[in-house]
Amino acid sequence: MTAQIILLGMNHKSAPVEIREQLALACRAETNPLCTRSHFQYVEEICVFSTCNRVEFLFTSTSANEAIKEVKSLLRTHLHFSGENAGIESLHIEPYIYIFKNADAVKHLFRVASSLDSMVLGEPQILGQVKAAYREAAACRTVGVILNRLIHKSFSIAKRVRSETRIGSHAVSISYAAVELARKIFGELHDKRVMLIGAGEMAELAAEHFLSHGVRQMIVANRTLERAMDLAARLKAETVSFSHITDALKNVDIVLTSTGSPDPILNHKDVRSKMRERRNRPLFFIDIAVPRDVDPEVNRIDNVYLYNIDDLQGVVDSNRSERQKEAERAEHIIDEESIKFQEWLCTLEVAPTIIALHKKAETIRRNEVRKTLSHLPDLGEKEREAIEVLTCSIVNKMLHDPIIFLKKKGERDSKQRFMDFTQQLFRLDEENSSTCSSIDSMER
Amino acid sequence: METVFLVIATTCYFCGMVGYQIYLLRSEEVIHRAAWTALLAGAAAHGVAIALRSIEEGRLAVTPSPQALSFFTWILVLAYLILQPRVGLRILGSFVSPLAVGFMLISSILPESIIPQSGVLKSGWVVLHVAALFAANAIFALAFCAGVMYLLQERQIKKKQFGFFFPRLPSLERLDKVNHTCLITGFPLMTLGLVAGFAYAGAAWRTPWSWDPKEIFASATWLIYAVLLHERLAVGWRGRRAAWLAIIGFIAVLITFLGVNLFLKGRHTAFVG
Repeated sequence: MTAQIILLGMNHKSAPVEIREQLALACRAETNPLCTRSHFQYVEEICVFSTCNRVEFLFTSTSANEAIKEVKSLLRTHLHFSGENAGIESLHIEPYIYIFKNADAVKHLFRVASSLDSMVLGEPQILGQVKAAYREAAACRTVGVILNRLIHKSFSIAKRVRSETRIGSHAVSISYAAVELARKIFGELHDKRVMLIGAGEMAELAAEHFLSHGVRQMIVANRTLERAMDLAARLKAETVSFSHITDALKNVDIVLTSTGSPDPILNHKDVRSKMRERRNRPLFFIDIAVPRDVDPEVNRIDNVYLYNIDDLQGVVDSNRSERQKEAERAEHIIDEESIKFQEWLCTLEVAPTIIALHKKAETIRRNEVRKTLSHLPDLGEKEREAIEVLTCSIVNKMLHDPIIFLKKKGERDSKQRFMDFTQQLFRLDEENSSTCSSIDSMER
Repeated sequence: METVFLVIATTCYFCGMVGYQIYLLRSEEVIHRAAWTALLAGAAAHGVAIALRSIEEGRLAVTPSPQALSFFTWILVLAYLILQPRVGLRILGSFVSPLAVGFMLISSILPESIIPQSGVLKSGWVVLHVAALFAANAIFALAFCAGVMYLLQERQIKKKQFGFFFPRLPSLERLDKVNHTCLITGFPLMTLGLVAGFAYAGAAWRTPWSWDPKEIFASATWLIYAVLLHERLAVGWRGRRAAWLAIIGFIAVLITFLGVNLFLKGRHTAFVG
């Protein structure tokens, strides 16, 4: 009986929020369940992926049902271990668990690593988390031939998905969409200045995004100076008085506005006159306020770009659907690679038969050569070598076709029949010595 | 022999163009490298073709019109091949390569007029005149491509509708900078070429200016670029208007370069055909 690949776990889609809270705790506790349990009875290889949105056990076993029971209890202890208030015991986790076997398990792992199963489709962190999980499993020495190959394959597939599709290239949050747009206007952001007007939470988030994407200079304007200073301290920015924002337009490139003002604070005429002073260097307004802070007419000025909250939301929405489309292409890649992996797995199953076949032929060859040579003591070194080469090539040529045949059948369901058949035909199931003697007796 | 090399060159350019269009769809390193190499191979074959023709005729084969256009295409591809690794603007290839293929095809269907042998191209002024203007025109062709790219990208950002080109084209500022660089290198070359032409005309025909159609159109083209340069440097024009002017300028270049050769007669006709 060959080992099965099984994946057991739960994620943000299968489990309700109270279970996921436990997952988050377990994730934060940073305890690896593999280390808490040193011995498995039925599980052969195992690796655990634990993030705030999922916990998954990937393992192999020849007796699937027992192994699943074993892993389920491990999952319970994992959740219980980190849930201090221990209410988890009473929580029924059974309905939230999914179990995938063999081809489905392989495919699921590939989807997870390629971020197709993530809450935010295409987010890049998951691959790092899978890699970390693999490193831990490797450190605990719980992975072997099959999982090694499988998980490594999942890394290369994730990379392939990322480079061949554009699943990760569209911003799916408003602040990131704003940064992406700024990049399309200005290219590099490190020599650009950002002005933040008002102190809305969303604007602050966007400002932080700009800072983490290379912007070095930032100025803050707010009606209440205290609030402005407070914000400026957090963002390592300078402050400017609210009445001077129009003048400040001369020296900034990106303007983020989110005031509570009922009327626009920047109108067409002001901006237009400033553009001359700016010598038409581009100006990018990001207006997150509702009602809007910047007169929509401003967008009509050459080299001025104005995006309000709805425009950005529109960008995000279209990016989401774009990612969805790219995900379909990614699924195709994954299907392709799952099949390839399955093929490898199958050849793994026929491998012992092929090895036995080789071994048997080699033993016979060696015995026969020895016998022949003992009758011919006058042969020189050169002749002996020629006989060795001759016998070797006869054996290899004889075996070549059956082995190719087996490898090919290894990818089919009918392989078991052909393996049995081969074993009977060549009597591979017997001990090597006995087969040799039986052949000898047959010859006599 | 020359035709064989021209066909090889055109085929290579075509492969390069196809490669660069695929690169638009799938931005993979391998595809770009293949397309770039195809253009390089095309330029090499093209160079051989021009050399063969020049040896055969005993002068630089830059006239009549078909040769002129072919030579111009060669300079354009060379300019791209030299410039691309420096500015790292790969997507420019997707715009330059169709232009190259188009020019090669036009050059092959242009009527081959017979022009009398003359020693004009042996004069240093004329060689300078021809070389500087060809180089300037090739640079303006790149500016034209950058201008088209700028307008495509600017329109998408302004209208907030992001199409096929949005993720593929570089930032506006980058495109504007390419435009600017092309202008400040192309314009002095063009001026030098024109001055050399007038100098030769002054020496050979006693009058630098004779209301020749080519002279009139060339001056108009020069004026367009002069306005663009002035507005850029003095007033601070940039972006959309500058891109439009670069496009109009290049159209003027094409009219001066080909239109006048084909449809109007003048002082140049005797050499250009």
